[in-house]
Amino acid sequence: MDLRLPSKVLEHILSFVDSNEDRNSVSLVCKSWFETERRTRKRVIVRNCYAVTPAAVARRFPEMKSLTLKGKPHFADYNLVPDGWGGYVWPWIEAMAAKCPSLEELRLKRMVVTDECLEKIAASFKDFKVLVLTSCEGFSTDGLAAIAVACRNLRELELRECIVEDIGGDWLSYFPETLTSLVSLDFSCLDSEVKLSDLERLLSRSPNLKSLKLNRAVSLDALGSLLRLAPQLVELGTGSFSDKLDQEAVAKLSQAFSELKELKSLSGLWDVLPEYIPLLYSVCPGLTSLNLSYATVQMSDLVELITRCSNLQKLWVMDLIEDKGLEVVASSCKELRELRVFPSGAGLDETNVAMTEQGLVYVSEACPNLESVLYFCVQFTNTAMVTIARNRPNLKCFRLCVMEPFAPDHKTQKPLDEGFKAIVERCKDLQRLSVSGLLTDKAFEYIGTHGKKLRMLSIAFAGDSDLMLHHLLSGCESLNKLEIRDCPFGDTALLENAAKLKTMRSLWMSSCCVSFGACKLLSQKMPKLNVEVIDEHPLETRPDSSPVERIYIYRTLAGPRLDMPEFVWTIHKNPEIGVSHLAIK
Amino acid sequence: MISELEMGKAESELELGLGLSLGGGTAAKIGKPGGGGAWGERGRLLTAKDFPSVGSKRAADSASHAGASPPRSSQVVGWPPIGSHRMNSLAAKSAREEEEAGKKKVKDDEPKDVNKKVQVGFIKVNMDGVAIGRKVDLNAHSSYENLAQTLEDMFFRGNPGTIGLTGQFTKPLRLLDGSSEFVLTYEDKEGDWMLVGDVPWRMFITSVKRLRVMKTSEANGLAARHQESNERQRK
Repeated sequence: MDLRLPSKVLEHILSFVDSNEDRNSVSLVCKSWFETERRTRKRVIVRNCYAVTPAAVARRFPEMKSLTLKGKPHFADYNLVPDGWGGYVWPWIEAMAAKCPSLEELRLKRMVVTDECLEKIAASFKDFKVLVLTSCEGFSTDGLAAIAVACRNLRELELRECIVEDIGGDWLSYFPETLTSLVSLDFSCLDSEVKLSDLERLLSRSPNLKSLKLNRAVSLDALGSLLRLAPQLVELGTGSFSDKLDQEAVAKLSQAFSELKELKSLSGLWDVLPEYIPLLYSVCPGLTSLNLSYATVQMSDLVELITRCSNLQKLWVMDLIEDKGLEVVASSCKELRELRVFPSGAGLDETNVAMTEQGLVYVSEACPNLESVLYFCVQFTNTAMVTIARNRPNLKCFRLCVMEPFAPDHKTQKPLDEGFKAIVERCKDLQRLSVSGLLTDKAFEYIGTHGKKLRMLSIAFAGDSDLMLHHLLSGCESLNKLEIRDCPFGDTALLENAAKLKTMRSLWMSSCCVSFGACKLLSQKMPKLNVEVIDEHPLETRPDSSPVERIYIYRTLAGPRLDMPEFVWTIHKNPEIGVSHLAIK
Repeated sequence: MISELEMGKAESELELGLGLSLGGGTAAKIGKPGGGGAWGERGRLLTAKDFPSVGSKRAADSASHAGASPPRSSQVVGWPPIGSHRMNSLAAKSAREEEEAGKKKVKDDEPKDVNKKVQVGFIKVNMDGVAIGRKVDLNAHSSYENLAQTLEDMFFRGNPGTIGLTGQFTKPLRLLDGSSEFVLTYEDKEGDWMLVGDVPWRMFITSVKRLRVMKTSEANGLAARHQESNERQRK
């Protein structure tokens, strides 16, 4: 008697299983479950595009409708990954075009996307609906035009912080008159002006548009007429907020804002002038998300806005808000879950000093749901961190960027070890941590001991020795991504904890003291890892003792990648000679 | 634990990755072979000695490096860790502020347009002995006395908890009468450093680029000029 669950029944059950984590577990049960699961998975996520080949993914999930890919390591955001390193999406699009032509959604992060890629997407996927590119580069507005003109059922087109070769605003005019399905449009990262009339016509025929994020070139004057065409918006990113408007225009704009009854998220607000802040008052009570991180207004103006946002869950703001402003956030925004405070000066010498650790303490005291923090500050204290940890043991993400490297506790001049200890000790569900300031090996001993749920850790200018890395690799059981720059270690720790690297997605180390010899050894020891040495200025001959500029290690089923530039070395290239004969001309 | 590497010609400055090229992505300086850019100089580990930290005693050692001037923390690649879009926005903002400060000179004779409140008047102020500079809005001040008072509040009294500034100075600064330890100086459009107070206020705010609260002992050259010009005027 066949005791197996009939596959049709299993399929039906699996249709309720959404999370890929659960689906991964399902696929491990037995062969038939693996088969049923893979045939029914619609949403595929590959968090390191080099961990697996496009062909393998296409083969395994033939019914794929949505593909999410991530390319470069996180530190690429800060220019630490040289140009040309990799992260090309082309092979994926080629493979999917051949094997999964019913693909509808593509979400890419930190990948190189060319106009050819965009044209191929437009040509290959008949029912393409969603394109979300985050921190991508390599394409121009021509590629956007290709998508616009061909994707008849396009729902979402979002460009988040991409680097785009901006040839002009024409691309918007390529959306056909028959396109009425648009739900989300985000071109906030583009520079050039789109034609207002094109945009107005697009909005008039997009009754389902819920999210619109304009670029800076869209004037305040234009905003009024746009809003009148889309009062149903849930998310709005304004353009520039600084033109001079006459009284009538201001009144009309104010009216347009008050018609936005569904608005939950507001961003943009570039160069906002203080006298226009009152225009936003009408939408404040409904906002759950407010991004003021490009609004260069002073504390008193920010405060006027924030006191009215009692339902805010997510707030991004510049340090112009100062401690006093954060005190207002604390008293007004009881629902706050995520706070990000960015520096208003491009360098340390331009930072506004009136924001200190105290601001974050206020918010941690008064906002019970606060679980995610990104805080740029000039200096910090251990006491403050201890207080914050005590107030908010429910923190899941704590990223503190003390901007002065090696800055000690500014009251006691001691390292910030004890502060971070409190954080990892008390916040038992902490998943993401970024540390900064003066830190000794002890800090990392604490993190290794207590950070059991920690998945991602970022470190810069810290530690004394190999012990630091050893504590982390041997202690943090859930560690998935580790990125380190400018820390003084460590061959020994790396080699001793080599096995740990197989349980992690990736390890990045730049400007540390990892020797070429250690990289070779590690590569030999761990064939299932790609150990990439990324050196733009390699020595003529490469002795084993020479330190490497950067090392990027990740587990992979795909073996060495075929698109490595000359400045990336892996053991597969030439283990004996090393990089010397591959030096850049 | 620092190993000094000779990695070829290494004279270039460290630069923050503001020079992003479209379609490129990385600090424009890194990519050149043969020693250009950040790694040319930074073939060694940066340590605390490289960064003059507020209140830290290690700052004194920072002079000892092999030829290179210690990089300012704002000149280290990828630090502080802000994404490139944000970084470009900040850079553009300060460029615009400088541009606007330049334009103000031209518009000075026109009737003041009350509605035109842009971020024009903010200029940087640095004080000797204090690592962190501030910004002050010249538009919000009507006279030298006004300005001096604000600066005194900023650097002397400050807010409670202000980093390193409170309590450092026990006496009021008295920046304008030449009697105290410090004098107020400014850099004008031509790049010259002058003592503040010589010209009418309105003229001053159109030509000032930035301010510096300088130790009187260091300002000797300027003081002499000031006295000289005063004497000349009296004649």
